[in-house]
Amino acid sequence: MTRTLSYREAMREAMHEALANDPRVFLMGEDVGRYGGTYAFSKGFLDEFGPERIRDTPLSELGFVGAGIGAALGGMRPIVEVMTVNFSLLALDQIVNTAAALRHMSGGQFSVPLVIRMTTGAGRQLAAQHSHSLEGWYAHIPGIKVLAPATIEDARGMLAPALADPDPVVIFEHAGLFNLEGELPDDWSADISSARVRRAGKDVVIITHGGSLPKALAAAETLAGEGIAAEVLDLRVLRPLDGAGIMAAVAKCRRAVVVDEGWKSGSLAAEVVARIMENAFYELDAPVVRVCSEEVPIPYAKHLEEAALPQAEKIVAAVKGLFA
Amino acid sequence: MTDHRAPPPPSGPVPWDKDFALRLLTDMLRIRRMEEKSAEMYGAGKIRGFLHLYIGEEATGVGALHALSPDDNIVATYREHGHALVRGMDMGAIMAEMYGKREGCAHGRGGSMHLFDAATRFYGGNAIVGGGLPLAVGLALAAKMRQEQRVTACFFGDGAVAEGAFHESLNLAALWRLPVLFCCENNLYGMGTAIERSESQTDLCLKAASYGMPALRADGMDIVAVHETTRQAVRTLRESAGPVFVEYQTYRFRAHSMFDAELYRQKAEIEEWKTRGPIHTFSARLKAEGKLTEEEFLALDAAADAEVAAAVAFAEAGSWEPVADLLKDVLTPAEGKP
Repeated sequence: MTRTLSYREAMREAMHEALANDPRVFLMGEDVGRYGGTYAFSKGFLDEFGPERIRDTPLSELGFVGAGIGAALGGMRPIVEVMTVNFSLLALDQIVNTAAALRHMSGGQFSVPLVIRMTTGAGRQLAAQHSHSLEGWYAHIPGIKVLAPATIEDARGMLAPALADPDPVVIFEHAGLFNLEGELPDDWSADISSARVRRAGKDVVIITHGGSLPKALAAAETLAGEGIAAEVLDLRVLRPLDGAGIMAAVAKCRRAVVVDEGWKSGSLAAEVVARIMENAFYELDAPVVRVCSEEVPIPYAKHLEEAALPQAEKIVAAVKGLFA
Repeated sequence: MTDHRAPPPPSGPVPWDKDFALRLLTDMLRIRRMEEKSAEMYGAGKIRGFLHLYIGEEATGVGALHALSPDDNIVATYREHGHALVRGMDMGAIMAEMYGKREGCAHGRGGSMHLFDAATRFYGGNAIVGGGLPLAVGLALAAKMRQEQRVTACFFGDGAVAEGAFHESLNLAALWRLPVLFCCENNLYGMGTAIERSESQTDLCLKAASYGMPALRADGMDIVAVHETTRQAVRTLRESAGPVFVEYQTYRFRAHSMFDAELYRQKAEIEEWKTRGPIHTFSARLKAEGKLTEEEFLALDAAADAEVAAAVAFAEAGSWEPVADLLKDVLTPAEGKP
């Protein structure tokens, strides 16, 4: 029987299940305990699981992310929550220089089974230090896996395989999705390896992830009214990218638009386009185009913020440009 | 301010039986001879990259590590060859790693700065200054949550004290009462910058104490002081079930790495510290106390030389990791799932 719930509730359920089923799992981060989680993802957990396993941390991103790495090495399965991707830059050293590199540097002796969750993305008028989309940076790094659950199903299903993975997994949760409601199917189990078609089409594929998925779906709906059948491919896994899934959709639709809330220069979208050029150039009927954030720190004022971000209208316009 | 450069008073008679004293002396000699040979092999082009020698600081690592048990975790820095060796790693595997050979402890993926050994709970080999401290805090957190009795000893230099990671880690360890032994090897220089030029407060124990943990100081050139202070620190740690900080005041006799022209310190200063060299001073004390003869010393030294020669031969005979395996050990293979 399907149930209707929010992205927030789905993620909360996923964490609850992990904590209830595996004594090695614990949650650590700023205000995850008494406050109930910055976004209320862990409300009630402190009472249920206690302060040993629902661990409020000081404002020490470098320290507690590093401690998560150490705890993972020591036999635990930590879920480390970082309040926003911007704050994760304070912990970048531990993520890139330690978590991602340890297995290789040690010649395969030490794996780091750690899950780091963080909020990403703009759209809430939080300005330039709480709104960025830096998942593309993380997707640059060998040694970690990068996930972007964008649906209720993936919010519910991706945490378990992330925790079961022997290597560090970074999960990006777009703040614009938290109140999204939807039906959770009976089988919500998820892999952490493949892209997924969220809407089937044949004329163009819109390739996206995270908070841009609802915008892409809205654009596809508009385009359908104008006679263009757009397929929407949700990348879901940003590292390693599902090259086969991307190429299959490109080969089928022969046109592609890549939508990414990161800035265009050096973006994940750039990587996707480059791979299409390398692998599916002769399948294309038109150049691949991108809809990304404008090259500006995300501004506060609502009209400016909206103008800086990918929007459904921009996606529609980009698609139409391919048929002009 | 603390005067780090004034030699402290000697620690009195060696309070150990001959067997134990000679074991520690042996380990210092093994490190010294291995490091000398490493420098030589660097000159010969056999070892490349960065190479940071521990010569002069042997008493610190040897004295401290002999106060720990095999169940304890060790986190070290990029100047860690000695720690790895004393912890029980095979000298051949260390030398082969520095050669970049497949037979090295990390199959040539890590090199001199990244020695690791799961069997002896040796968690590297961390070449980001201060980078090992949060890791140690996490290892101790896991031990506490799993109700394991092990201590996590984290070695780092005075340079790390200026990093945010130091302060965040000491705060977390004290706040959560974690069994971390913070072992600060204060050799007075962060690369080429003297501690007075990088710290507004050069009393490092004061910094640690400000986080609410016991802070001890030992003469890092005196292996008796190092070992006895560390034993006391471990006792305190186990009794108080919280972190303890120890500062070892030591000195490196060689350059920071093989690329260092040593423009930042005077030869006279180095020579003065060499008079306090940990091997000859300890040997002299043992001889004066009748626990060591010159013949015994020469035999121990010859044995260390022989071990080094065997390690070099092992490294020389080693093979290269196939380039076809380049991408190995970036991620854990499915069958390796823990």
